[in-house]
Amino acid sequence: MSKYLLNKFLFTVDRDPELVERYRDDPQGTVQWWEETEANRILNCHTGESSTWLRFDDTERTALSTHDYPRLFELGAHPFLTLTLFIAMFERDHDEPLGFQLEYARRLSHLSLPYPDIAT
Amino acid sequence: MAELVAVIASTHHPFYYKASTATGEERPPFADEWVRKVAAFRETLTKARPDVLVMVGSDHFHQLWLDNMPQFLIGKAPHYDANWYNEEREFGLPRMVMRGQEDLSTYLLREGLDAGFDLAFSNELRIDHSITCPIITLRPQNDLPIVPVYTNIFAPPLPQPKRFVQLGRTIRELVESWPSDQRVAVIGTGHLSLELGGPRQFGPHGPDPEFDRKAVEWISTGDLDGCLSEVSLDSLHAPGNATHGFMDFMLMMGVAGEGRKADYVDTYDLFHTMEAYFTWYPNNGGQP
Repeated sequence: MSKYLLNKFLFTVDRDPELVERYRDDPQGTVQWWEETEANRILNCHTGESSTWLRFDDTERTALSTHDYPRLFELGAHPFLTLTLFIAMFERDHDEPLGFQLEYARRLSHLSLPYPDIAT
Repeated sequence: MAELVAVIASTHHPFYYKASTATGEERPPFADEWVRKVAAFRETLTKARPDVLVMVGSDHFHQLWLDNMPQFLIGKAPHYDANWYNEEREFGLPRMVMRGQEDLSTYLLREGLDAGFDLAFSNELRIDHSITCPIITLRPQNDLPIVPVYTNIFAPPLPQPKRFVQLGRTIRELVESWPSDQRVAVIGTGHLSLELGGPRQFGPHGPDPEFDRKAVEWISTGDLDGCLSEVSLDSLHAPGNATHGFMDFMLMMGVAGEGRKADYVDTYDLFHTMEAYFTWYPNNGGQP
């Protein structure tokens, strides 16, 4: 299991306006493309080098491919990264101020302390 | 030597800019009182007539990332661009540019290393809302050079709370020994209880009002012993999953000094989190 790679997906998509829209519209295709072409790119490094070993397991891939943010929380993805990206994708679908944020909290309401460890 | 003319600790609520500039039906009902409180808080810095600002904050996964994560980092650059696309998107924050006080950065890095802090540095740092929010609230004209100090309150493993306090003490010693005639204010921002991306987020108050009450008491009375005896990396999970940002307040208590009561205290109970504002005038009998 790689919390780091989950976070890397959330981080790289969140910072790219086109990727935010692409992930909203086609989560499965975006996750597949990202894992094939982006997962091993070393960030903060020149483009000539990459890693060779980073891949999702089936649980992680499914959670990302289905926009399952409660599952991402359970898997220990960094909550700030998940929240920020999912607000960018889905806040627009709610009319009330904070409507999505409150739904987000409700969908996590079955969880209690201690929360899953987010250390990477 | 330089003079430490003010020590300021504050929450950094990224929605202040949007709330305070909204008009008509867009303006939230809590905005006017919030603006009034921030204006009064701003006056505590203005009165101190600083020349330079040391700004303590924490990058929220903008430039600092898990492939190369520093615990404590000082910016050393002549300029700092500020705010990021996702902060513009979510909070409506404007892009900003700040001047850097590079000679003070150089001094803090050299002397900090020699004082036992293995500080990281950055010569090209784009800063985020943990530092721009207090510029917007406390110095909106953005006319003073800064030294940014970043702490890791975000990506475990984190330094222990006592280490934040020790760094605060060291920053104070170094500011006061900096061979310069500049007037320096140290401003740091963090959180009281806070939940982000968890089941307790965005409630009508902060997730743990009892923690907030105790935290305000610790800070306003300078009760570092009491604070350190109750706060640990483990204990900070209970008030809310983002409450480790409180350690930046502990750093600022270290700057202000053990037992040093704040000269100005204000709070504002908002949705999601409690705002808290503190100012110390360390060297002039509580006067600016």
